Amino acid sequence: MTTKNIMIVGVGGQGTLLTSRILGGIITKAGYDVKLSEVHGMAQRGGSVVTFVRYGESVAEPIVEEGQADVLIAFERLEALRYAHFLKKDGVIIVNDQRIDPITVVTGAAQYPEQIIENLKKDYNVIAVDAMGEAKKLGNPKVFNTIIIGVAAKRMDFDKAQWLEVIKTTVPPKTADMNLAAFEAGYALG
Amino acid sequence: MSEKKIMLGNEAIARGAYEAGVKVSSAYPGTPSTEISENIVKYPEIYAEWAPNEKVAMEVAIGASISGVRAMASMKMVGVNVASDPLYTVSYIGANGGLVLVAADDPGLYSSQNEQDSRCVARVAQVPVLEPSDSQEAKDFTKLAFEYSEKYDTPVMIRTTTRLAHSQGPVTLEERQEIPDKPYERNAAKNVMMPGNAKGRHVHVENRLKQMAEDACSFEINQAIYKDTSIGFITSGIPYTYVVEAMPNASVLKLGLVHPLPRKLIEEFASKVDKLYIFEELEPLIEEQVKSWGIECIGKELFTLQGEYSANMLRERVLGMKVETAAPAQVPARPPILCPGCPHRSTYSVLKKLGIHGAGDIGCYTLGAVAPLNVIDTTVCMGASISTLHGMEKAKGKDYIKNWVALIGDSTFLHTGVNSLMNMVYNQSTGTVLILDNSTTGMTGHQDHAATGKMLNGKETKAISLYHLCKAIGVEHVYEVDAFDIDELEKLVKREVARDEVSVIIVCAPCALLKSQATKAKCVTIPEKCKKCGMCLVPGCPALTKNEDGTVTIDDTMCNGCGLCMKRCKFDAIERIE
Repeated sequence: MTTKNIMIVGVGGQGTLLTSRILGGIITKAGYDVKLSEVHGMAQRGGSVVTFVRYGESVAEPIVEEGQADVLIAFERLEALRYAHFLKKDGVIIVNDQRIDPITVVTGAAQYPEQIIENLKKDYNVIAVDAMGEAKKLGNPKVFNTIIIGVAAKRMDFDKAQWLEVIKTTVPPKTADMNLAAFEAGYALG
Repeated sequence: MSEKKIMLGNEAIARGAYEAGVKVSSAYPGTPSTEISENIVKYPEIYAEWAPNEKVAMEVAIGASISGVRAMASMKMVGVNVASDPLYTVSYIGANGGLVLVAADDPGLYSSQNEQDSRCVARVAQVPVLEPSDSQEAKDFTKLAFEYSEKYDTPVMIRTTTRLAHSQGPVTLEERQEIPDKPYERNAAKNVMMPGNAKGRHVHVENRLKQMAEDACSFEINQAIYKDTSIGFITSGIPYTYVVEAMPNASVLKLGLVHPLPRKLIEEFASKVDKLYIFEELEPLIEEQVKSWGIECIGKELFTLQGEYSANMLRERVLGMKVETAAPAQVPARPPILCPGCPHRSTYSVLKKLGIHGAGDIGCYTLGAVAPLNVIDTTVCMGASISTLHGMEKAKGKDYIKNWVALIGDSTFLHTGVNSLMNMVYNQSTGTVLILDNSTTGMTGHQDHAATGKMLNGKETKAISLYHLCKAIGVEHVYEVDAFDIDELEKLVKREVARDEVSVIIVCAPCALLKSQATKAKCVTIPEKCKKCGMCLVPGCPALTKNEDGTVTIDDTMCNGCGLCMKRCKFDAIERIE
């Protein structure tokens, strides 16, 4: 198979690293070669963060470059827009329909773009989810990212039982049940 | 055992150290090297510690090596500068037990103050350098580094970059080798570096490098792969993966050892390819040497000295391909900021109000340099806040710094700031130092240090008191204040900057992201009372958004109830719900 390229983007602190760990787990379970590349350190402090996931028969380069991504998983609307040009022409965007103002908007130096999802839909296959709202319904806003994984999982070629297994073994044990419920909720939405 | 596991580059280095039979590891946290120690500590066979700075870490590893065990020190590239004093000389001493330094470079400046290339430091220090390309090699090369160290009687550097350190890939696990301790024998000619002995050892250093350069022509990690010979690349590390990706049919000389260079192997490779490219991030270390041997090659004419490389760079500049991509959208930047509830924001809101300039340092609090806080004027390196403030005073007189303070974190203060404070006391400075004590090493992700009362392995230990340390140095005026007590902090800062003596204000409040600081309260606005003055918004807390009508909403998933906005509101329009 040709190498699959996935990007997970968001705001530092939203939990993109946990998501990439879960993706890494499911890909390895399926027996593929995989490279994941993450951002640690200062950029994690509320900045724009991006994680690259590449898998296939044999993967050399750890990053996804412009025009190569098959799937863009965005934890925030503006970040979806920021990285959309990394997608292939027929690429899929799974976006958490949430707005987090960057400091440039808070201070009035810039405007938060309007109609992001509508505009992205013109060029890409966009699936927007109110993951934060769904997570609050489950009683824990922190698991919104697992809901997004659930949505993404519906569109990937891995077995559902394996997803559940990987999530169970990757998240902190105390949060396992909550995360499994969040995954199911996302899977149903996807 | 041939279990495969997905590992971060740094985790794989830790695994390599474990399998190589390492017994001692010392380090100071620094992105992108921190996770090496955080993973090494999981192996009970290895003694692993956080040292107060990289010089100490390096020296701890040197001591362990001299005593006969395999030892490692790891650090980010600017830490290598701090450790360069022992490094340059231990190069002469060499190794008894294998001695390895992991230097983590940061091309692209994800989390650093410069973009220096540690390979250059190693070249000047005459220390061999190994450069892995993925997690598997990170583990394998770490083991190899210890073998080379003992075989050639030299410290060895493993050079990584952010992209390797923070990428994950599959790694085949092997058993730990139990390496018997080397016997220790008193040997002043080798271990006591005074002029007469060092002269002798310098001869060893030159011979060792010559020998290694020759042997390197047949090292398996220096691999010539001949395919289409119209184009050849000499490359190493992460850039090698871009060559494989963009030009899978090109001939490649992949160097695992980037210093010293295998000259004969390079000459042979160069003679067999029509056009030779050197593809190395940052400095032209390989290129300049290859060119000095009269070999024609293309390097920095085509590839930048700055930032990270990519496969697209090769497609465009070597293949002349136009990589078709959609234009990036014009979107507002999202730079890193202080977290909601961060105590530094509270401190900076006071300094901003007083119009104070900050001589800054290295940590999350460096973010006080940007809007809307704009408190920090200078940032150089670890510990420099205190000494630069002192330099300003000595240059311009004590009145010049009456609206300045030095701003330094607790971990950074213990790293090298304390030396600068000694200088202030000794040379009769009148400056005011704020130690922003958040009880952790924050930016690198919460590592303990000598003042937290916990070691790398999580066990309790004596906590150095910053207060008593400053007192012992001779600072008469040392105060402790809660970072969120903004009235008291304002009073203190006003009084101490006016004083014609050195003062230290320890501004305490734990990092908002520490588990012990789990949210217990939330702030909410009372829209009827809001006068839309915007005072709450001034410190730039990301949990607050201004609504179209001028009132403010506080995001309940981000707020941790620190209460800074509430204290700034003169109309009681914000309340805290426990």
